[in-house]
Amino acid sequence: MNVETPRTLFDKIWDAHEAVPAGPDHPAVIYVDTHLIHEVTSPQAFALLRERGLRVRRPDRTWATVDHSIPTRFVEGRPAFLNRATRTQVETLERNCEEHGIPLFRMGDPGQGIVHVIGPELGLTQPGRTIVCGDSHTSTHGAFGAWAFGIGTTEVAQVLATQCLLQERPRTLGIEISGRLGVGVSAKDLILGVIRRFGVAAGRGHVIEYRGGAVKALDMEARMTLCNMSIEAGARAGLIAPDETTFEYLEGKEHVPSGDGFADLVARWSRLPTDEGAAFDRSLSFDAGSLEPMVTWGTNPGMSCGISEAVPAPADADERAALDYMGIEAGRPLLGRPADVVFIGSCTNARISDLRAAARVLAGRRTNPATHLLVVPGSAKVRRQAEAEGLDEVFRSAGAEWRAPGCSMCIAMNGDRLSPKELAVSTSNRNFEGRQGPGGRTVLASPVTAAASALAGAVADPRPFLQE
Amino acid sequence: MEPVVRIASRTVVLPADNVDTDQIIPARFLTGTRRDGLGASLFADWRRDGAGELRADFPLNRPEAEGARILVAGANFGCGSSREHAPWALTDYGFAAVVSPSIADIFKGNAVRNGLVPVEIEASAHRELLSRPGAEIVIDVEAGTVSLPDGGSARFELPPFARRCLLTGRGPLDFLLEREPAILRYEQGQDDVAEAP
Repeated sequence: MNVETPRTLFDKIWDAHEAVPAGPDHPAVIYVDTHLIHEVTSPQAFALLRERGLRVRRPDRTWATVDHSIPTRFVEGRPAFLNRATRTQVETLERNCEEHGIPLFRMGDPGQGIVHVIGPELGLTQPGRTIVCGDSHTSTHGAFGAWAFGIGTTEVAQVLATQCLLQERPRTLGIEISGRLGVGVSAKDLILGVIRRFGVAAGRGHVIEYRGGAVKALDMEARMTLCNMSIEAGARAGLIAPDETTFEYLEGKEHVPSGDGFADLVARWSRLPTDEGAAFDRSLSFDAGSLEPMVTWGTNPGMSCGISEAVPAPADADERAALDYMGIEAGRPLLGRPADVVFIGSCTNARISDLRAAARVLAGRRTNPATHLLVVPGSAKVRRQAEAEGLDEVFRSAGAEWRAPGCSMCIAMNGDRLSPKELAVSTSNRNFEGRQGPGGRTVLASPVTAAASALAGAVADPRPFLQE
Repeated sequence: MEPVVRIASRTVVLPADNVDTDQIIPARFLTGTRRDGLGASLFADWRRDGAGELRADFPLNRPEAEGARILVAGANFGCGSSREHAPWALTDYGFAAVVSPSIADIFKGNAVRNGLVPVEIEASAHRELLSRPGAEIVIDVEAGTVSLPDGGSARFELPPFARRCLLTGRGPLDFLLEREPAILRYEQGQDDVAEAP
């Protein structure tokens, strides 16, 4: 490629990771810098290696944690596993990591947490890297200007065995976001707004680059929330150009070099942003200034509206089915709809800034007795930090349960789940039917909207709590 | 993985758009460590009611769906979670192909790697299939064609490598393992070496 051809951020990462360029009868072989694994989508991959007599090629580029199916509750000091199967998954990962020399963060380790929360915390997530994990929310790491995407278990085996993947080159989609987020409006509301506007399949076949003033103004944790839900817009990956905000976050992290090494990295990272004049295959723009706090009313993340807006009349059979499943009537706002559960957690919104935002709303107040508030920090580190700041006390005093880190009620594999027809206001990423428990109903929202809803015992506007 | 060249079967029609992998197989069935046996949990919460009884009105439960190997679905099929348990459940149940106007990226790749043919066809051909549940059709993987109940046929595209994987039953792992020397050369040329743990 002509070095003077302007390239996008994604193009630069792609070009730097082609171990074998595409040929007429095969896609490119892409090298993976960092491979994250967890207990639910890896056991069959290790089994495949065993069947084929293969070893893990780069255990030093592989990191394991437990998060999806682990308990967030302890009984008499022991983790309260849901059942034998979930315990076996964790033990299987422990055995596999031991056998192949892969570092593993076990329950109770200071570095353990949701895979997409700990990568950035440890400084494993760095600009320009390729990062994969058997989890679709791997897009989170794109916040650092990394190309990060979810893969299936067969691909997990391929990366374990060869540190590479065969990839068809995705198209690029630039989303220019202008305007300034209002009080009580967060990155979560922004991504819900983007998905509502462009649809849940808008990013299919594409890598999204989020650009523009509203994106640059976000801190790293907010950028992670934005990129996290790229998959809910249909894109495997969404990324943001690294800048001073990125470098500042990374400086001093465990796996980031210091001193001259850091300066050299910053110099390299600074060359990553999309060049002036580089073309995206497709471009969209979005105004963040007019957004209000968002809530979903249906069964996919595109079915949402502003908190004060009336739920729209169903446009088709799928939307009618969604309203029916949710037990929601079109034509009036969701405000005031009773909430049985409020869940603050997940790889979307369980970082320290999310917990601080929720605590600000909850401080000195009590949740409605009819609503159960569950706060699940994204990692052991987030949990320690929250406890150091006294946030756990704010949550407990408000009537919340304060749990150990994990995916918990976002995926409801560990027993933290809704009963049929229960409604949760949740800071997680998916409102699919049954996602938080069979028959359960999910309203996706930001941490402050979730916190305000816990106080009201019903879907509530957070802004009155944020005025003082 | 068995080679897939041609699939001749009746269809089952599930017209909803945006069927996510949580519907294809709910997360509570992901607690195992094996790939097999997941067919029993396919569309678990749609196939069965709260008491575990089969819902007679769900398309897969109708008598004419018995033995059908082709699922005709709405747009953006397989969106959401990357769980490969979704194609595992579909193939274990007996499906050999999914036909839709558009299939989600991660699911599409997972499908090919498990010998489940992702068939994306244009809207009018899709409408024709939606309107004729139980039609006998033929999917020709080599030619990239689907025969339609009205006597016509529709084309579908697959990347050449994906098509070869399906036709030969040979997956990308073998291809990658054969590229070991090139991978090693690439690694040696990199200065961004991850730190040892």
